Parts: sequence; C-alpha cells; structure tokens
Amino acid sequence: MEIKMTTIDGNEAAASVSYRLSEVAAIYPITPSSPMAELFDEWSAKGFKNIWDDVVTVIEMQSEGGAAGVVHGALQAGALTTTFTASQGLLLMIPNMYKIAGELTSFVMHVAARTVATHALSIFGDHSDVMACRQTGFALLSSSSVQEVHDMACIAHAATLKSRIPFLHFFDGFRTSHEISKIELLADDDLRFMIDEDLVKAHRERALTPDRPVIRGTAQNPDTFFQAREACNRFYLACPEIIQKVMDRFAQRVGREYHLFDYFGHEEADRVIVIMGSGAETAKETVEHLLSEGEKVGVITVRLYRPFSINHFIDALPKTVKAIAVLDRTKEPGAPGEPLYLDVVTAVNECMALSSTPIHSSVRIIGGRYGLSSKEFTPGMVNAVFDELTKEKPKNHFTVGIVDDVTHLSLDYDGGYDIERNDVVRAVFFGLGSDGTVSANKNSIKIIGEETNNYAQGYFVYDSKKSGAITISHLRFGPRMIRSTYLIRRASFVACHQFAFLDKYHVLEYAAPGAVFLLNAPYGAHEVWDHLPKEAQQEIINKKLKFFAIDADSVARDSGMGERINTIMQTCFFAISGVLPKDEDIVKIKESIKKAYAKKGDEIVRRNLAAVDSTLDHLHEVSVPGIVTSSLNRSPVVSAAAPEFVKNVTAVMMAGKGDMLPVSAFPFDGTWPSATAQWEKRSIAHEVPIWDSAVCIQCCRCAIMCPHATIRAKIYDPLLLADAPSFFRSAQLRLKEFGEKRFTIQVAPEDCTGCGLCVTICPAKDKLNPRRKAINMEPRLHVLETEKANFTFFLSLPDVERKSLPRMGVRPSQYLRPLFEFSGACAGCGETPYIKLLTQLFGDRALIANATGCSSIYGGNLPTTPYTVNHEGRGPAWSNSLFEDNAEFGLGFCLANEVQSKQASSLLKKLSPQIGDSLIQEFLSSDERTDQRISRLRECVVELKKKLAGINSPDARRLEIIADYLIPKSIWIVGGDGWAFDIGYGGLDHVLSMNHKVNILVLDTEVYSNTGGQASKATPLGASAKFAARGKEMDKKDLGLMAMSYSHVYVASVALGANPIQTINAFLEAESYNGPSIIIAYSHCIAHGYDMKLGPEQQKRAVESGIWPLYRFDPRRIEAGEPALVVDAVGGKIPVLEFMQNETRFKMVEKFNPDGFRTYVMRSQIAAQRRMTVYQHLSQLRLPIDVPTEEDQKE
Amino acid sequence: MDLSTTYLGLQLPNPFIAGACQITGSLDGLKRLQDAGAAAVVLPTFFEEHIRREQLAIHSSIDYPAQSFGEALTYFVEYEKPIAGPEEYLETIHRAKKCLRIPVIASLNCLTMRGWKEYTASIEQAGADALELDFFYVSVDASESSEVIENRNIETVREVKSVVKIPITVKLSPFYTSLANFARKLEGAGVNSLVLLHRFYTPDIDIEELELIPRVEPTNPRDLLLRLRWLAIVSAQVNCTIAVQGGVYTAADAIKAIMSGAHAVQIVSAILVHGPNYISQLRHDVTQWMEQHEYESLNKMCGNMNLLHCPDPRALSRAHYITLLKSWQTGHQLKLPQMGFCR
Repeated sequence: MEIKMTTIDGNEAAASVSYRLSEVAAIYPITPSSPMAELFDEWSAKGFKNIWDDVVTVIEMQSEGGAAGVVHGALQAGALTTTFTASQGLLLMIPNMYKIAGELTSFVMHVAARTVATHALSIFGDHSDVMACRQTGFALLSSSSVQEVHDMACIAHAATLKSRIPFLHFFDGFRTSHEISKIELLADDDLRFMIDEDLVKAHRERALTPDRPVIRGTAQNPDTFFQAREACNRFYLACPEIIQKVMDRFAQRVGREYHLFDYFGHEEADRVIVIMGSGAETAKETVEHLLSEGEKVGVITVRLYRPFSINHFIDALPKTVKAIAVLDRTKEPGAPGEPLYLDVVTAVNECMALSSTPIHSSVRIIGGRYGLSSKEFTPGMVNAVFDELTKEKPKNHFTVGIVDDVTHLSLDYDGGYDIERNDVVRAVFFGLGSDGTVSANKNSIKIIGEETNNYAQGYFVYDSKKSGAITISHLRFGPRMIRSTYLIRRASFVACHQFAFLDKYHVLEYAAPGAVFLLNAPYGAHEVWDHLPKEAQQEIINKKLKFFAIDADSVARDSGMGERINTIMQTCFFAISGVLPKDEDIVKIKESIKKAYAKKGDEIVRRNLAAVDSTLDHLHEVSVPGIVTSSLNRSPVVSAAAPEFVKNVTAVMMAGKGDMLPVSAFPFDGTWPSATAQWEKRSIAHEVPIWDSAVCIQCCRCAIMCPHATIRAKIYDPLLLADAPSFFRSAQLRLKEFGEKRFTIQVAPEDCTGCGLCVTICPAKDKLNPRRKAINMEPRLHVLETEKANFTFFLSLPDVERKSLPRMGVRPSQYLRPLFEFSGACAGCGETPYIKLLTQLFGDRALIANATGCSSIYGGNLPTTPYTVNHEGRGPAWSNSLFEDNAEFGLGFCLANEVQSKQASSLLKKLSPQIGDSLIQEFLSSDERTDQRISRLRECVVELKKKLAGINSPDARRLEIIADYLIPKSIWIVGGDGWAFDIGYGGLDHVLSMNHKVNILVLDTEVYSNTGGQASKATPLGASAKFAARGKEMDKKDLGLMAMSYSHVYVASVALGANPIQTINAFLEAESYNGPSIIIAYSHCIAHGYDMKLGPEQQKRAVESGIWPLYRFDPRRIEAGEPALVVDAVGGKIPVLEFMQNETRFKMVEKFNPDGFRTYVMRSQIAAQRRMTVYQHLSQLRLPIDVPTEEDQKE
Repeated sequence: MDLSTTYLGLQLPNPFIAGACQITGSLDGLKRLQDAGAAAVVLPTFFEEHIRREQLAIHSSIDYPAQSFGEALTYFVEYEKPIAGPEEYLETIHRAKKCLRIPVIASLNCLTMRGWKEYTASIEQAGADALELDFFYVSVDASESSEVIENRNIETVREVKSVVKIPITVKLSPFYTSLANFARKLEGAGVNSLVLLHRFYTPDIDIEELELIPRVEPTNPRDLLLRLRWLAIVSAQVNCTIAVQGGVYTAADAIKAIMSGAHAVQIVSAILVHGPNYISQLRHDVTQWMEQHEYESLNKMCGNMNLLHCPDPRALSRAHYITLLKSWQTGHQLKLPQMGFCR
C-alpha cells in the first residue's frame, strides 16, 4: 500500500479525518481552532465527500453555545456530528457536553487547547480549557504532534461509536494546531477500516424518531436521579479497554502503535516524567538524549486522560521508578495540586493500597506547572525536572520555564542546554507580515517536505500588532520525524528580511557558530558591513558567520512585486542553504511558484518568476573584515524619558525578551498602566504625510479619519511659536469665532503606519498642481528628524481647554487631544477613528467595556496599549470581559456608577449644613453634561474635598472617597458586529430594553475581523466570507431598526468617512441622551478586500447606494412631538452594484458564482430600497408620547 | 435580395455584426442578437491591462494582510480557480460557441507582446472563429515616435499570425499620420480584415474638484462621417475586407458605409439604445432600400463611393475650405457634397 505523505498543520490534520467521518458540523470561530471550521466550510462548499460519499452539512451558529446546541440536536436525531472550539468557546459548550455525555452519545469534538482568560486573555495554548471539562463525562484524548492529531482523530471517531462515550480530542493550540509538519496521511480506506458500520447503524438506531418514539431529557427527582446517574458506570469502566483495542486495530492497519499511556525510556528507569500534549514530544526527545548519556529516565505520555485508567497507567510505569514528576499545562489556584498530578497521586496511592503493588513503596511524586499560554518548554526544562527528581527533597508544586522570585516555586534550568542533532537544518527568518515571509516559508516547507525524503517542521511566531507586524519563522528539516516542539535557538541559517530589525531585535542571537546569515539590505555587498550596528558586526565576527546580502526591495520593485520580497528571499534561502541539490533548487522554486500562484493569475506568476530570475544576480556574499568598524549602536528600546515601569517591564517585552521577566515584575491582578503606546516608536511607515499649510482649508478631515491618531490638529496662542523649531509649520486659524489663534496639522512620524487615508480624504488641492493636496506623503527617512522635532514641539503646545470651545463640530473635535493613540490596528483601520473620536469627545470621563475582538486586541494587547491620558492624568478606563457578555459588563459599570453617584448625592445633602448650600446647589442644579458644566463640577469637587477635609464625620470620610462620582461618567460599551449581532446580541438586547444611561458603539466591519473574516449576521447579502464562501444568502440584520422598535433607545447609523459631522452629532446626542443609546458605525476593514486608504471613498459609495443609510433616532424628539427618526442620507444616488464591484469580498462571488452574483446584486438593490422606504416612512411618523410613570407623577 | 458579404474570410448572410459591448457579454444577449439575425458577434474586448491590474489588486487585498497575525492567518476563503485571469473570458467564448450558430469574434487589447501571443493562442483554443485586435493605445511619451508605434503594431500582427490560424482583424484609430499606408502595412503583415475606426474614450474635467472624470459617451450619427472618409480612402487601396464601426444608427448610415467600402457593419450604440432586435430592423430597412433602388446585392454597392469610384475624389482628400476656394476660382457652381464634411 502506497503511503501518502503530506505537509499540513495540526488543524488540517484533525479536520482531514473529522470531515471524512462526519455528516454535520456546527461551527463558530475561535482562535486557534477556527481553521478546522474554515476547512470544513471550504470543503463542503467545494463538494468534498465524506467516506459515505456525502457532502458534510456545515452550519455556522451565533456562538459556541449555539453550536453545542445544534450538535446536541443533530446527535439526538442520528447524524454523525462534530464541532471544533477552544478556550472560552469550550466553556460555553460545557452545559451541552454534560447532556451529550449523560445521554451516552457517540460524538467527537476537536479542541485546539487554549488558555482560558483570567487576569488577561491569551490566544495561546495550554490545557486550562480542557481541564475545565474533566467533570462533563467526556473522554479526553490528547495528541502531542501533528501526526498524532491525524491518527488520534481517527481513533476518537472510531472509539466513540463503540464506547458510546463522547470524545473531546485535544492538542496544543498554536504549538500543534499551527505547526506545519510532514505526516503520513490516512487514506479513505484506512478510515473505512476503522469505522464499524454496525456501530454507525446502532448510532442511527438510537436517534429520536417518531417511528420509534422515546423520551429523553426528562426531569428526575431525589428518588431516582442518583441511581440513574450511576447507571452509566459500566460504559466508563469499559471505555479504556475499548480505546486500546481501537488503537491496536489502528496499529494493525497503519503500523503506528499507540497506548493509553505510552512509556518511552529506560526499562529500569528510576525517574519518570508524566505529561500530555506537545510537551511530551520535547520530553521524549530529551529522554532519548539522556539515555544516550546513560541516565535511567523515562517519560509517560498520557493519551487518554479521561476516563483515567489506573490499571493502564500503573502498567505503563516502569516498576523500578523511584521518583515521578507530573507536569501540568494548567493552573488550578488553591488546589492541592494540578489535575494530572492529583490523578497520578491517586493512581499510585490506590495501587499501593493493593497488596500486589508492583510499584516501589517509597516512590515520590511531585507535580509542576509548565508552558502556560504557549510558554516555551525546552529540553533544558525537562532536564531540570529530572535533576529535581534526583534531589533528596525535590520541590513539589514547582513551576518550570519562568523565574518565580516571589513564591520561589520555579526550577532553575540551563537556557543553553541543547540536544538537537547536527543533521537537522534549523533556519530562522525575521520578516514583516506584509512582506510575505511566512507565506514563503510555508511554501519552502512544502517543497522540502514533498519533494525530498526529509521531514519538515514549521512554526511561526506572530506579532501582537496588526500593522507593521513582525513574524519569526522557525523551520526544521531533517532525516527523521521532528519532535522538537520548541523554538529554534541555535539556527544554522538566520535570515533577516528587514534591515531595520537589526537595530530593533537581537536577530543574530539565533545564529549558531558558523551559521549562514542572510540579510536584505538597501546597500551593496561592499558597503553593507559599515551600515550594521556594532553589536551585529561583533556577533558576525565572533560566531564566524557566513554573511550574504541582497537588496531584495530593489529586486522586488524592479520585478513588479511591490513590497513582497517573499519569492526573492526564498530563492536566496534555497540558493545558499543547500537543503536542495544545487541544480534542483531554482527549478523547484519555479515549479512551486507556478503551482502556488496559478490561481492568483498569470501576471502574478510572471512577476514572481521574474523575481526568481533576477535574485541570484543580486545575491552576494559579504566579506567580513574581522574587526568591528561600525560606530552605530543598537537604539534603546524606549526613550530615557519613559516611566520606570515602561523601561523595566514594557521595554523588555517590546524587545522580545518578555520570557526573561520574573514574576515580581508583574502586576498580580492584571492591572496595567495606561498611556504606554506612546513609548513604542515602531517606525513602520515608508512614507508619512506632511502638511502644506498654504493649501490647507483647515477642515481637519485628515485628523478625524486618521486611524492611529498620528495626524493631530492643534490651535494655540501665536506667542507660543517663539520657541518653535524653525521648520515648524503653522497657519492663521480660519475659524474666527475661536479667537486669534494659530493652527497646525502635525504628523507623529515614528508612529504613523503610512496608510495614506489622510491624503485620500483631504479635499484641498493645490490649484497650480492639483496632484498635490494639503497633505502629501513623503519618504519618512527624508523628513524623520525634522518631523520628530516638530512633533515634540507640537506636543509641548498646551491642549485646548474643552470648555473654551464655543461649539462642537468636525474641526473643534480635532483640536481636542485623542486619548487613544498609536494602536496596533491594521494600517488604515476603519474602526479606530470612531474610538479615537469617542476619546476626544468624552475620554477624560469615559469607562469603556470592550467586547473581545479586534477592538480588544488593538485596545489591550500587550506590550503597549493605546488608551492614554490628558495633561491632568485623566483618560478612558478600559476593560475587556468576554466576547459574549460585553453589554452586561458595561451595564455593570453603569450600575456601579449610579450607585456611587446616588450615594454621593445623598451624602452631599446630608452634609449640606457643613458644606453650605451654594456648593450643594452647584452640584444638584442641573443634569447637563456639557463640557462647561463638567469643568465647573470638577472645580466644585475640588472645593468640596477641601471642605470635607475640615469636617470630622464618618459621612465626610465616605463622601471624600466617592466625591468624584458627582461628575457624570460616560459609560461606553464597545465591540464589533460579531459581538453585537451574534454572540452578544441577547445581552445587548436586554441592556437596550432597560433604561440605564449606557452608550453602545458597534464597530460594524460586517464580518468577524479578528478571527479572519468569518460571516456574521452583519455580513451583507452577496458578500463572500468564511462560512459563506459562495456569498451570504441573506441580507444583514437591521440591528438599528430592531433597537428603534423599543422607542426609548437612541439609535444612530453613521459612516465617518462619508459624513463626519453626522457622526459627531450622533455621538453627542447619544452621550447626552438620558437612556440607552446605540451607534452602529460603518467600519471598513481589510476583510473587505481593497486598499484601506480608499476606505472613505468606499464608505461614501455605501452611503450613496443606500447600502448604509445614515440616520439618527432620538426619543427626545418624540417628547417634542416630532418624528423621532431623522434620515441623514437616503441613498439611491448610485447603484448598489457600484459599491459591490469595488470590494474583493463581492468580486469573488462575481467570479465564482456569477449567476448567484447577479441575483445578489438585484436583491441588494431591492433590499437597500426597502430599507430606505421603511426609514423614510418612519421619519414621517410622530409617535404618541409616553404616559408618565407613577413615580414621575409623584415627583 | 442578396445581403450576403464576406468579412474576415467568413461568409456572412448580411453585413450586420454586433460589435463588442455589454450585450455581447451575456449569453442571453448573444442569443437575442442571433435571433435578430446578426451575421456575427464580437465579444467584449479582453484588456490585458485590466486583467493585470485586477490580478494585482485582488492579490494584494488577499495576500498582503495574510500570514501576519496569529488569530487571522487569512481573511478570505481559499479559492482554487484564478480569480482574475483570461479564464472567464475564454469560458465566455466557449459558452458562446456552444449556444450560437453564427461566428463568434473575440476582441483583444494587450499591452505586451507576451500578452498578445499568449491570449490569442488561448482564444483560438477556446473556439473563437476570428479575432479582433484592438490597437487602442494612447502614446503619452514624447520620445516615442509614430514609427516605433506602427512597427510595434505590425510586429504584433506578425507574431499573432504566427501563433493562430483563425482570421484576424485590426481595429484602427483615425490618428495615424498616413492611415492608408499603415493599413497596407498591416495587410502585408497578414491581417485578414480591418475595422474602422476605434473611438477614444476621453477623460473630462471636473472643474470644481480638479479631477479627471472618465467619460464614455455612445457614438452618434455624426461620428460616421469620419469613418466614411477613411473607409473610402483605405478600401480603395487594400485588398482585405473592412468593417465599419461607430456611428451607424440607420439603414442609410449602413448603406453609406458600405458604399464607402465597408464589407461589414458593426453595430454597438444602436443596439444599446434600441435593443438586440434592432439588427432585424436594420436588415429589413436596408433590404427595402435596396429593393427600391434596384440594387440586387450588397456587392453592387460596396465601395461605389470610395476613392476609386466616387464622382469627386478630391472631396475625400481636401479639407473643405480649399475645395470652396477652388470651386470659386474655377467658377463652378458651389455644390455641397451629399455627405458633406461641414455639417
């Protein structure tokens, strides 16, 4: 039988088997499991068949809770069903998991195990989610490698049918789910061999059907529940042996042997590690090395964690064992030990209790934690654990992989401990997300994996930022299966695809002595050396690196590749690494380019091939002089002016050295300082915008649209220019009502992402040369020094006093300092301008509850965060709870504020004799929330606190604490459409249904942007999205109309790029409305598929076509006897088609489903007209005025 | 009445060909044109530049943001087929051929020799009966001489002829220094036919926004006059067949073009305005006119007003004011030509 090898990642390895063995899949995106669901959706759309020759039915639900419900139902009705999830998603499935297990239902779910959010969210891998399911009754089956994921998926699907126990098959998120590895692929016939058709039939016969009616899901009482619950025991008792038999059958078919607990090591080992997941691979690799050094050690890989078979475990344990270390990839605070440790202790104890124990009575067991949130787990750490086991009093409940200088639980380990064999090629590549480095490396792995006998492994480390993101690729190639589930630290090949990285990161740290170093540099082979930082030169000399350089950016430009240097650098890698025979390398690259890019079009193929051809002419070996010649030092990570915490903690993380920070460096409750993004000067833009004061009409559209707050406007006293740098630009302020002021638009040159949105939206053109506008892109390096000085001076100019602004509008709003700056959002992001505006208008008194999603990631992903403070130290207080509960979370903010301000008011009244009536009156006289009033209240609070200091009473002390609550806070509930339309809709609807003063901002990108573009209920009709590959078949839900139906909710639909003043009015009205408000904000997104700098133009098209109506529904107008709804843009100016044709998400449908596309266009046009008709009718309606409540009447 | 004609080596029952436009871009439109009696159809022009740009735009919108961020390695559904390439056009040819009896002429505009060669070969393979090379090109480079451009066009024809067997025609613009000379050179390079004349799409200016706005106006009957002149001049001096395109709205327009030397008449604006069935109206009107004027066949009037046969060839070659002056000098009575150039 021919064995088919393939090079895939863990997610695909699971999906490949699961798809072929399922009939229904209910899905919902969550990192890092989403690719499994995406593959199911894609394969289903393409008509791929399962082993029963059917296309799998795939359905996206509104949440994991919903998906679990569908799964439960589909199983009950007899379909072979699956799902995929992780982390919080898995937690949402737990209620149904109890039911599915309680009903002994054959079912497999695949979990890319991920950290559950605690003090912080983390998308990375550990077992905290899976461990939260121990009690559900599911079998928990673990895979340690990509091959095992593939195999264990098959074993799980086969075993669940036999055992009737549902399976949770899991593997480590990212480390396994995203690792690319060369594996043996199971053929359909292998799967058929493993699946017993009689058992499938039995599963179907258990289905609910009116032909054989039964009742399930009864309610039982104290008389029966207990006994009935115990009735399932025999299935759990039988389960381990069933699984082992399935594993044996699998081994008989494909040759790979698995056991419930697999032991590897010395037959007479005295020290054994027990572990599960990807860490087991590293442990095995280390044991192999230690065995060769004569150590008596071993490792038990746990595969079946639940039901935990004590017998099988004891059988697997060498009888000579004296000390066991159990490693858990989870933390259970307050427990006597982590779960696996407790299980092992129990197992050994139970065994001891039996007279016939094979285990030494003095065996010592210790437990420890490792690898939380994908923390590296290396052979050095495994070795440290074995060393610990040799000690007379080994540390129990230890940690390994971190430095715990607070509770001193961590083990010391040798960071340089290296056991990798020399016949493994290890290559590390530093690239930018947008330069295609990862794509090229994935392609290289495929070439080597599929064209040679070598095994291949690829693992990719991504940035926490979405714009200008750095990627580090770790590639291994070797003659044996690669088991190293940790990052490369001693590479034989290091490539730096961006010259600037040498200044920012310790790139050459990864190079082994004698390694090859490839650098993309904008300098020739003879001059590049002198441009290297001193540290890099020294390291090249010390390590005797072979140094190659290429000006890949020029080659890319000349061959029409733009910024994509992937093909060029890949060609260099093959040309100098020697992983492929000399004459074959270029041929193979070209073949793979043709294969990979054929579907992207012949022009793309041609340009890539041209790039390959010219690469070798431009690749040169650099002769290394032997002495350091450079006078350049690597720049400090942050400026000397940064606060201590930023220097000591944040900067270490920014430098990529966060692993070195000890426990004591961290806040213990997840509280982090605000205003840190300003210290991270990322300098990622090639070009930055420069203001032309002579052309500018001072409309400030550039500033309001800037997603990163890097274009700022300020008005200031002319006298302040005395200290300005000579090149500082300034103009007379045109708005005379704001006084005799100067006006400046200034760029933050090191923070700008170069997206170009500001230039697109600028309406002012130079009359002599209309190609130039009032703001124009210039090469950053040409203007860097002057603009840095300008920006520093600009920041030193005082911010305008909010109360001094005679009115609000687009221009005045931009004179206010943004309290959200330099976020890591995508260059040109359509969401962030709304958040920035929010902070300009209300930021100094805002509490923001942020749903999980893009806005929580660019809003709160470390190392630095964008929310900042004004000159008084005030700024938005921000937090993220979950994806699904954000409206409720924000409502909590509101209630707490209501309570405290009510208390403060009542204390104020109580203390009025001491405080004095005039001050009391100031507080209680008005509910107004104008800037002038807020400012006055702040003064009053200062005065109040002074007075309180002199009053000796408990009430005064209490009021001192809460006096600030006398100043109204602005509560904002912010999130994307995935939250508001789908997973969080229930809560959002509930919050809207009540009458609390909360403001909801929905950043509607019409897709799950953060997880990679899955369809939400906001996705428009006819748009292609993941989970809606052929175009979404139903129109987007009209959330605004649904909110309006309450009639007490302020509702607005806005599009900043199309109509900024309407947006500002909506924000002001929403915030001033004394009840719930919701603003639905059109946010262009990279998931729409066009150059983001054209976002405002596309927003205009959305509005003009009627796809995105602009309106404001203000219940206050009902009271005034006016129609509540004002429609600000009616659409109908251009056909909907004109909007649709500008975006790849629609274009894909036009290409692949042309007939469907034509229908979608017609339906979209009609839907737009229908919406507008409804709104126009509503805008004519005068609604009856509410009858006052009894309470109102009493007052 | 014999309306039959030969164009591009194809025997056509009548001279009316539906020119490249959105109607010829849909199967439904093509069928309706065939039902109306169109002798052949020219599919919408496939622009290499458009495809290239679309490929690059889609590639960058999909690939640039991909593989950058751990949570979202991609933002779009993986697709297997090229999202922007000649495939869709080739499929249109294929489908058109499957459902039509009449000849299907593809139309191509390329920027590169590679494009011309590759796409013409694919178009032939897809089943097109003939190919129209659209030489629409705006030279904006003052260093590029007319000779360079003409030689490139001639070379293109030679290269294309070397890769395909199907007949080819070249659509020409009026802006050549010596159009007849260039037409002859093309004939020498192997073209089977010519199409006169291409119409340039010209950008307009928005004086408020200081922007150029692309403007595509349908042709109008006045556009015919320029074509009549060049048909008359070129047809007298080449052997290949010629089609007229631009400005033919009525039977009279078509007759004028045929008299000037057109063997076939491409209709675009008129069917966009009146619908595909207008072809049948034109056929009817031309037949009726020929009956009334006792023309037995189209051949009898084809070229009867061209440079070789028209009563006053000078009217074709002279600008009008000189004609006027000479008329006055020779004392002849001023007589405006029937299809005067000054209207």
